[in-house]
Amino acid sequence: MNRYTILVYTENFIGILNRITIIFTRRGINIDALTASESRLDGIHKITIEVTVTDEQIIQLSKQIEKVVDVIKVYYFMDDEVVYQEIALYKIPIESLDPSLEKVIRQFNAHIIAAEKEFVVLEFTGHKEDTQALLEILKPFNLLEFSRSGRVAIAKPKFSITDYLNNKT
Amino acid sequence: MVRGADIVVRSLIAENAEFIFGYPGGAIMPVYDALYDYSDQIKHVLTRHEQGAIHAAQGYARVSGNVGVVLATSGPGATNLITGLADAQIDSTPLVCITGQVAAHLLGSDAFQETDVIGLSMPGTKWNIQVRRVEDIAPAIAKAFFIAKTGRPGPVLVDITKNAQVEFGEFLYQPCLGIRSFRPYVTINPTAIAAAAQLINDAKRPYVLYGQGVILANAEEELKRFLDKSGIPAASTLLGSGALSQDHPSYVGKLGMHGNYAPNLLTNQCDVLIAIGMRFDDRVTGDLKRYAKQAQVVHLELDPSEIDKNVKCAVPVLGDCKTSLPLLTDAVNSNTHHEWFQKFRELDKEEKAAVMSYDLESTHGGLHMGEVIQLINQFKDENAILVTDVGQHQMISWRYFHYKESRTQVTSGGLGTMGFALPAALGAQLHDFKRQVICVVGDGGIQMTIQEFGTIMQTKAPVKVVLLNNNYLGMVRQWQQLFFDKRYSFTELENPDFVKIAEAYKLKAVKVTERHELKEAVAQMILHEGPFFLEVVVEKEDNVFPMIATGCSVEEVRLS
Ligand SMILES: Cc1ncc(C[n+]2csc(CCOP(=O)(O)OP(=O)(O)O)c2C)c(N)n1
Ligand SMILES: [Mg+2]
Repeated sequence: MNRYTILVYTENFIGILNRITIIFTRRGINIDALTASESRLDGIHKITIEVTVTDEQIIQLSKQIEKVVDVIKVYYFMDDEVVYQEIALYKIPIESLDPSLEKVIRQFNAHIIAAEKEFVVLEFTGHKEDTQALLEILKPFNLLEFSRSGRVAIAKPKFSITDYLNNKT
Repeated sequence: MVRGADIVVRSLIAENAEFIFGYPGGAIMPVYDALYDYSDQIKHVLTRHEQGAIHAAQGYARVSGNVGVVLATSGPGATNLITGLADAQIDSTPLVCITGQVAAHLLGSDAFQETDVIGLSMPGTKWNIQVRRVEDIAPAIAKAFFIAKTGRPGPVLVDITKNAQVEFGEFLYQPCLGIRSFRPYVTINPTAIAAAAQLINDAKRPYVLYGQGVILANAEEELKRFLDKSGIPAASTLLGSGALSQDHPSYVGKLGMHGNYAPNLLTNQCDVLIAIGMRFDDRVTGDLKRYAKQAQVVHLELDPSEIDKNVKCAVPVLGDCKTSLPLLTDAVNSNTHHEWFQKFRELDKEEKAAVMSYDLESTHGGLHMGEVIQLINQFKDENAILVTDVGQHQMISWRYFHYKESRTQVTSGGLGTMGFALPAALGAQLHDFKRQVICVVGDGGIQMTIQEFGTIMQTKAPVKVVLLNNNYLGMVRQWQQLFFDKRYSFTELENPDFVKIAEAYKLKAVKVTERHELKEAVAQMILHEGPFFLEVVVEKEDNVFPMIATGCSVEEVRLS
């Protein structure tokens, strides 16, 4: 089993995300994380899916996704072939703000992005291992809430969806 | 300006749709109202159930090669289509289904007969779309037809809200000529052709397996020329039957769980396996771990996701086999494989002795299903179409029917849908009243869609319905006998008087129980001008052999 990042370029079509996720559901494969957003190109969406599967499964999955009519192109990469980040938010009660917490914030280079009467919200961006490490450290500080995004990724190998659309590849 | 409902009908006419198979209801009533004005341009067939409508459209599509069109209302009308969608999806049948939907402002409010048809039909369609505005109707239908028939065909569903059907808009039909995200045809890679030809030319025991892909690509002639030159033995999958005439010297039989003995067994003795337009279904391969491991596999296939899905291939030839086959034919040497063919012939003798003599040549005891098919072969036209349901009768009919022409085989292969045959035969017959359409059904399956006798009555479609009555859910009973210690748990049926039912629907009906009556009855049926129902009471506990039991390898195909 390997961790893969699948990049799916699609038309902006209602239901497309559903069509893609049922491919995983049907095969009993868990999606580790998923993000969807507009791509650099007008009207083209980019879905980033993180999944832990075998080499054979990733090939089948990407072919099945590419078979979806409104999917333009699918690429998949191993972790070392993508630059990726995840953002995490941590909600901590104001009483927990003491010098030891300040030290942690400084160490991790995390940011306080909101301060309310009763709590502060920390923001920290990195790989899952990093955001997880901070989570473990913050738990004893009476952490109130935690939220982590799916992976956003940019592939290292060169490819161009524009060239693909213009039949240049 | 015209109503959305008129746009629906005019779009279908613009796509040259000949038939609509459908059933009305509240949310589709505007379209039905519009249909009233176009009955000279498009024929609507009112079935007795939406499942009947979609199976009829499938039967029509399979024999004609055209897109089958289905019309149904929202809610229960739409959900009744699901079985047919799943069936058409797995058997790659081009359909456009149009369903009515509650008005757009009611979506999500649990309105009367509102159901999430898009969500429900998603896994069973190649593509689906909900249309909520009148101006989107024609483009959606144009796209639907394009997607249904382009590349690997499949079912498409267009759900149209009622407001869009009654709003007024411009009718300006533009057929869809391409979709940028959908590029099903690739140029054939010459390196792959060369590599495939090399393997084939070096092979001592090459073996061709062909499937429905050949028929869907209209590549029957190309297959024949390839076999004429290469002299390679060729076996058919269930849905591939008819792609090559069984009289062709290369034809060696049928593959799969109840296919022929030699073609299954020798799969594990060939050195190069050339799969053409087939997807290595588990009913063909048996245990994959012991399937053709000795062979190098060449796979000619349009759908990239089929390559290496079940069987790893040495040389994938991706693309339309109508294009790749001629290239391959040019690149292979002329050959004959006499000794290799001889192996098939020898094993054929074993099957004949162990199975066929019992199935076809018994002179006493109850009638066997095979005898009926044998007689049908005697009287049928070369291009007669055989439609079958699912069960023992399906496998026996397929085994013994003499396929000579393409698009003469209509059956539910991938899904195995009982109840498929009667409506599918009706659809097949409507395509051409002059073609013989013979519908073979079991006593279980016929009762799943028996109401379609009504549609046969109303359309006067001259379908010949042959009921092979063993008073059992025979195929399940066979498994109970072989694998569950003969514990016949809920498989015996108390059946009605089928002849009376058929007669109530004004079909000419005959029942045969004795061997000596059979021949005349079959002849009478074939010669009869209108619809005909023939019930043949057969041996209750016959089994279908050869058989590759679940989990077994193709070489473990058993004769008894
Ligand atoms: C809709 C549906 N339900 C259940 C099955 C499982 N099944 C496969 S064959 C069969 C028995 C069919 O009996 P019958 O129609 O009498 O045909 P026979 O096998 O006796 O020829 C059953 C129940 C099925 N294929 N389809
Ligand atoms: Mg039966």
